[in-house]
Amino acid sequence: MSTTVQMMPSSAGAKKPAAPVQKEDSMWLQKELINGNYHEVATAHAVGKKVSATFVPGNLNELLMCFDFARRLPETDALQNGMRKKSGKMIMDAERDGHSEDVCTYVKSDLGMMLQGDLGPTGEPMPKPDVLLLSYTGCFTFMKWFELVRQKYDCETVMLHVPYQGDGRINPAMRDYVVKQINDKVIPTLEKVSGVKFDIDRLRQYMKESVKAEENLVWTLQSAKRKPSPIDGYFGAVYYIGPIFTAFRGTPQATKFYDTLRGEIEQRIREGKGPVTPEGEHPGEKYRLVVEGPPNWTSFRDFWKMFYDEGAVVVASTYAKVGGVYDFGFRHDPDHPIESLAEYCLGCYTNLNFPQRIDMICKYMDEYQADGLLINSIKSCNSFSAGQLLILREVEKRTGKPAAFIESDLVDPRYFSAANIKNRLESYFQMQKRTAAQSADQTRAVH
Amino acid sequence: MSVATVIERCEALFEDLHFKAVGEWKAAVPGRKAIGYLPIYVPREIVHAAGMLPVGIFGGGDRFEVIQGDAYYQSYICRIPRSTLELGLTGRLDVLDGMLFPSICDVIRNLSGMWQVLFKDKYVKYFDLPQDYDDATGGSFYVHEMQALRKDLSALSGNEISDEDLRASIAVYNDNRKAVRELYAYRAREPWQAPTSEVYLVLRAGCVLPPEEHTKLIMQYLAETEKQKRPQRDNARVVLTGSFCEQPPLSLIKSIEMAGCYVVDDDLQLIQSWLLDDVSLDKNPLQALSEAFLHRSASTASKYDEKKADKGQFLLHQVKTRGAEGVIFAAASFCDPALLERPMLQGILAKQKIPYTAFKYAENTGQMAPIREQAGTFADSIKLWSAA
Repeated sequence: MSTTVQMMPSSAGAKKPAAPVQKEDSMWLQKELINGNYHEVATAHAVGKKVSATFVPGNLNELLMCFDFARRLPETDALQNGMRKKSGKMIMDAERDGHSEDVCTYVKSDLGMMLQGDLGPTGEPMPKPDVLLLSYTGCFTFMKWFELVRQKYDCETVMLHVPYQGDGRINPAMRDYVVKQINDKVIPTLEKVSGVKFDIDRLRQYMKESVKAEENLVWTLQSAKRKPSPIDGYFGAVYYIGPIFTAFRGTPQATKFYDTLRGEIEQRIREGKGPVTPEGEHPGEKYRLVVEGPPNWTSFRDFWKMFYDEGAVVVASTYAKVGGVYDFGFRHDPDHPIESLAEYCLGCYTNLNFPQRIDMICKYMDEYQADGLLINSIKSCNSFSAGQLLILREVEKRTGKPAAFIESDLVDPRYFSAANIKNRLESYFQMQKRTAAQSADQTRAVH
Repeated sequence: MSVATVIERCEALFEDLHFKAVGEWKAAVPGRKAIGYLPIYVPREIVHAAGMLPVGIFGGGDRFEVIQGDAYYQSYICRIPRSTLELGLTGRLDVLDGMLFPSICDVIRNLSGMWQVLFKDKYVKYFDLPQDYDDATGGSFYVHEMQALRKDLSALSGNEISDEDLRASIAVYNDNRKAVRELYAYRAREPWQAPTSEVYLVLRAGCVLPPEEHTKLIMQYLAETEKQKRPQRDNARVVLTGSFCEQPPLSLIKSIEMAGCYVVDDDLQLIQSWLLDDVSLDKNPLQALSEAFLHRSASTASKYDEKKADKGQFLLHQVKTRGAEGVIFAAASFCDPALLERPMLQGILAKQKIPYTAFKYAENTGQMAPIREQAGTFADSIKLWSAA
């Protein structure tokens, strides 16, 4: 079931009102959860709660919940500000404050938000975090980001160094290193800041909830193996991963969200429907794509439209694995909670090495019967982007399917060139069309 | 031998992107192997203890045309991975039997995986350095990483690396580090006698020479330059920082000096001065290397500062102990660690009223006039302030 609601007016001052946006009920529920979390964060200090901040990849949400923290995630703040068209000025303010034009715009959006008085994406004030949990998974910039925030806020910071899977596997020393840091550094710091004693049974309980949500998330993402796909595994998946990648993994709300989501998708499958897009039902699946790289947030709706206008559905994406790779079997394990947190951090997508990333994409191409690969290369994100052109070549070589490459940014509107991206996509889809026609001709010739 | 002869030799080594010196070293004894490493730091002692030559790979410089390497990178990625790939794809690194990619940033990290894909016949290791500085935690992990490298290189060389081998190599590198410290101290004392454009070349020779030979070369340079007195100028004494990975062109260093600056400290070849003291020869060798890394190593943007109060202390120490009057932040374009670190360090310098200036470069930057102008203005302003 989906409902039509007037989209929030853009702060950029568009001349005519935006067209009504369509979302599934779960998408609205997701928005409610995220906004609810912003309110909880905004009012935390007033009700005597402490506030934590941590990053999405390798976030230890269940652990933070054990200490009753209200939980901020700076990338989500930047992303939400991007979608609300607020990030452009924040970035420029940060640049005027001395930050290089070359560096990550998530960071600058966050710092710009502080410079503008720390009003969060929903307009409520964002309190100073009481603790920065620097879970340093798959991105060096995170380290500098929290050092910059610490310089500004002067708050307690605890580092969790998650080693990279350089050899394409997790060895026991890597796991032990992360476990030891969690036990000896992270937990004592969180106890000290929160004043709450750690209770491992509480952690186990949250993890039991996590597993339920993880099962349904995987089911949801894998529903795209069907033809037609009932979901969009990139643009739509952004809504699906929202709760589990942020402050809700391990909560009953997340369990409810993923139950609702699964019910909706089951219904769509029964009805033989494709994904819901902001303009309504998908016009019909012509091309099935795998996408590598994060989306652009400042023109998210326009970007998505370029795909469904051409009849393209994204059936799998690597971005939907950035906060946890669950579709190859990993689940949080209540029987081994700390070890399981370590495995989770070590296994996040950007902590995988290049051969692993290439293998994963090739597997998606095969299992989701994709027609091609699209790489959205993000200027801000070297962790994703550095070397993506090799991924493109290797995937083309191994699958024989065409790949395309576009460039944009996360939250810097200056780096989203709609005309260029549209041109590239149109050319790519024309090529796909020709390939499909040639393939059909060959099939006819054989028979 | 004169200073000019020493520098001429260093310059030839610096400019040789076919790594002939490495090839000659290998050819001298059949079966010898060489292992490349990228900035910032790897424990070269382990490579040396395996009987192999550690070879520093710092990109292609400003005279190297990058064609294939550019096809792998977007415009917003720095230049060192492009030129390094170009070196590999054009066969210039065939002389190497393996490559080590230390944890420095996401670009070099990803380059390690690209190397695995593109050069399947070579040994490739991403070498993770700890960001936790407790012996029992980060130290334990780091010892394991080094042990894994030791095992890999033993297998590659066909000879087990014993503790005694490691201790002998630590001693060799202790000598080398001592020589580097002497060189830095000499330059800080008499920068007109040891211009950074020369010091840099002497250090870069350490990327391709065996450490024993490099130590001799440094001592030779110090002896020769002391013999040849050069005029002292009224230059501003500066620390050059942020250039720890992709290297500026030599002409940029010369331009800074010509503009009226004496560079009295820098982070250009950080690996050679990364460990601040001698590494103990009395302990388990990997333990000793670990302790040196965790407790007595340089600070840089790729390394986490545990406390807010730690930020910038290393730079302030450099300024103070070298008698510097200002700091030049010179970072490679698109270098995330250096450029994200920079505003924090600038804030700390500002609080201490230490003047600074900042610019970006690429290893193939060709236009030096703006750099010379900026550095000259900076030097002049320091002189004016100090006069006031």
